[in-house]
Amino acid sequence: MLLALLLAVAFAAVRMRDLFSVVMLFSIYSLLTAALFMDLDAVDVAFTEAAVGAGVSTILMLASLRLVGRSEQARRRNPLLALSVVAVTGAALIYGLSDAPLLGDPNAPAQQHVAPYYIQNAMADTGVPNLVTAVLASYRGFDTFGETLVVFTAGLAVMLLLGSGRARDNQQYGSEDDRNIQRLVVRALIPWILVFALYVQFHGDFGAGGGFQAGVIFASAFVLFDLVHGHRVTAQVIPAHWLPRLGALGALIYGGVGLCSLFVGQPFLDYAALAQDPIAGQHLGILLVELGVGLTVFSVITAIYYAFSTREQLR
Amino acid sequence: MTLSDQLPILAVVVPLLASPLCVLIGNRHAAWLIALLAAVGAFAASAGLLLAQLQGAGPVSYALGDWAPPIGIEFRVDHLSALVLLIVSAMAVWVLAYARRSVEAEVAQDKQTGLYAALLLVHAGLAGIVLTGDAFNAFVFLEISSLASYALISMGRDRRALTAAFQYLVMGTLGATFILIGIGFLYMMTGTLNMADLAERLPALSDTRTIQAGFAFISVGIALKLAMFPLHLWLPNAYTYAPSVVSAFLAATATKVAVYLMLRFVFSVFGHDFAIAHMHLDYLLLPLAAIAVLLLSLVAIFQYDLKRMLAYSSVAQVGYMLMGLAIATPLGVTASIVHLFNHALMKGALFLALGAVMWRVGSTHIGQLSGIGQRMPWTMGAFLLGGLSLIGVPLTAGFISKWYLVSAAIAQGWWWLILVIVISSLLAVIYIWRVVETAWFTPSPNGTAGRAEAPLSLLLPTWTLALANLYFGIDTSLSVGMAEAAVGGLFGGAP
Amino acid sequence: MELPGLFNYWVVVVLMMAGFYVVIEQGNLVKKLIGLGLFQASVFIFYISIGKVADGAPPILGDAAELYSNPLPHVLILTAIVVGVATTAVGLSLIVRIHEQYGSVEEDDIHRADVQADEDEA
Repeated sequence: MLLALLLAVAFAAVRMRDLFSVVMLFSIYSLLTAALFMDLDAVDVAFTEAAVGAGVSTILMLASLRLVGRSEQARRRNPLLALSVVAVTGAALIYGLSDAPLLGDPNAPAQQHVAPYYIQNAMADTGVPNLVTAVLASYRGFDTFGETLVVFTAGLAVMLLLGSGRARDNQQYGSEDDRNIQRLVVRALIPWILVFALYVQFHGDFGAGGGFQAGVIFASAFVLFDLVHGHRVTAQVIPAHWLPRLGALGALIYGGVGLCSLFVGQPFLDYAALAQDPIAGQHLGILLVELGVGLTVFSVITAIYYAFSTREQLR
Repeated sequence: MTLSDQLPILAVVVPLLASPLCVLIGNRHAAWLIALLAAVGAFAASAGLLLAQLQGAGPVSYALGDWAPPIGIEFRVDHLSALVLLIVSAMAVWVLAYARRSVEAEVAQDKQTGLYAALLLVHAGLAGIVLTGDAFNAFVFLEISSLASYALISMGRDRRALTAAFQYLVMGTLGATFILIGIGFLYMMTGTLNMADLAERLPALSDTRTIQAGFAFISVGIALKLAMFPLHLWLPNAYTYAPSVVSAFLAATATKVAVYLMLRFVFSVFGHDFAIAHMHLDYLLLPLAAIAVLLLSLVAIFQYDLKRMLAYSSVAQVGYMLMGLAIATPLGVTASIVHLFNHALMKGALFLALGAVMWRVGSTHIGQLSGIGQRMPWTMGAFLLGGLSLIGVPLTAGFISKWYLVSAAIAQGWWWLILVIVISSLLAVIYIWRVVETAWFTPSPNGTAGRAEAPLSLLLPTWTLALANLYFGIDTSLSVGMAEAAVGGLFGGAP
Repeated sequence: MELPGLFNYWVVVVLMMAGFYVVIEQGNLVKKLIGLGLFQASVFIFYISIGKVADGAPPILGDAAELYSNPLPHVLILTAIVVGVATTAVGLSLIVRIHEQYGSVEEDDIHRADVQADEDEA
């Protein structure tokens, strides 16, 4: 059922030329994908996909459309070459999947070898019941370190391309009455959003959640605030030039935790070296690196949003 | 663990963390200094690792987080990765030592801190790709270096830098996604992401379609990043419109690391038996490499902008590396690795020389460079030396690469390939001669004659790199020695 | 070939190809980027499908469950999602700048302008 909807949305997106509608379709596609992830037992991933795909990506695309225009020109080119390439690639994919293990097979090779080790030993090794967090933050913590640096790199790149977003005018949308209603609602909502973000940040060991999701939710509170109060007011809460530095700080926290292990002669990111008791060390290490991740994700997303929303239109 | 045990991680983490440090401090002079120091530190670490390999230490494994692979991620240092790491770190040091005045002239002041931070990220990303022994980790570092590259390229002065960066973004992301799909296929059938572990498990699965498709997708993905003909379309624009230091660094390192990744996957992970004997990768690569080498050297001749000429030349040179890989004998792969090393030296020197020209003249368009040989004799001298190495004149590094390549072709009895190599070298003579002719044999425009050389801070790195071409053309113990040892590892099964 | 068990994967392939097609055929830069996003999201579905275990529980240890779905693909895709949005953000920034410089985000218009610039230089 979900798959059918996904197909429908995808095809609609391919054909449509009004970019605003296409972005909305993309957002729906993300939400449907998140629902599919839930169905496939991937709760953390569903959470992140919903926040990032349907949330962040959509906002940035809409912000871009405001600047570049919302319609696509028709193309007079022959799509035959593109269709052939796509057909060949699709055929290769189907060929590759034709003798693959079936969906859900508990004896598939993917579920053997490394995965059972995580399932059986993560509690004993790390003390964390959320297996995804255990793998993400500890077993494969170095990948996550790289990922944090990817977020930082994106922030750096956007800063280099668009600058950090200085408020020129305090652009606000809608009539005065509308805005008052919005402000009231937002004022009620934002504290809950921030508390939820903190909950997600710290509860990620036990339920779905963690630094990424928390960082995104935290940033979304600021985006919401910015939408109804305008940039100049928002910039009084968090000035634009703080954000790149906060993003850098998050990455340095993560790396710093890794380096601590080096100083006691252990490999990079060995949390067991951080405390007397290895499990306590694991908890401490995971807590700190998730904080680093959350800080970087929050700062970079907010900074990127600022950069887009304060960009002046050409005409 | 001692300091020397920690070298593998330091080679990556030092530049990686220096980048946010630059942003935190926010001063462009400090950023340059931090970047240079970080590069020197990484270079020292890589030199240490290389030395250990030369002394016969054998493959070194570093378990991140102290989780043994394949449960955790490992770094693996062997002859091949130590050599490529050295190239990346050395180029970083040279380019950063050179960078100050070039960047000052070409990039707005408020962007310079960001440029140095981004350069460090490219460096760290490439180093990570080279050292990691985990397939997915390679993907993550690939994206770090790619994203930073897109930003760096876009900082060129011409607006076409923006389109070049976007085109690279689209093609690069497609390539990375293909690699991701390939890794997914491999994981589906083996349950592991660790390269050495995969190498053990794949031979038993070589008849499964999933593995074959996985191989295809990974190869195509890497080919996009390599700028293998005909997937090279992003490279000429990217190298032409980027700032000079960016072109120099990327030309000397990015495609080399992609070739490394190809070598690693084809020979270490999948193995010669599967990739060549079974899947016949060489049937596809060899013709494409030969076409690349001939066609792109030809196109280079007709370019007005010297940076663009060198960019097309780079795609052709990558063709040589792929040729060696496709010959797939120990001699062929040795040639490929030796050329990987030598090309970094050549293109590094050439692009740095052009950067000096850009600094003085403000353009690299051949129409503006009449008589430049008299006005900037040292700069153009370095360019000439790099050019001779590119052609493959005896006593230069380029000659060594071509010698091994030709030997590999002779061993297979492929005379047509030798013809291809000879013709393409002649084409290189033509496009280098064009520059020589304009530089020395056409008079300077009225009123500009007289010495106006580039400053020492630009000349010194350029000349040392150019002279390296001469040194390594005469003393090949490092390049060829490491290459041959690396080949031993690649053909002897999983390290 | 088992039909039902692989049907999921085939749909994913179609989704991937839809995104891929948009990237290489369509001319509007924003649309290309969206296509790239669709392509990547479909690859995520592919990976997560690999990790699904029938009658398994989400990989959070609890008392009730006996069988868990594989946490490793989840971890990989969390990373991949973040990489994807990072790429989208950088791509959109480039598009905004391109629009300011060229006045258009249609590939054909931009290409024409660049070719003209190349000819003017020669």
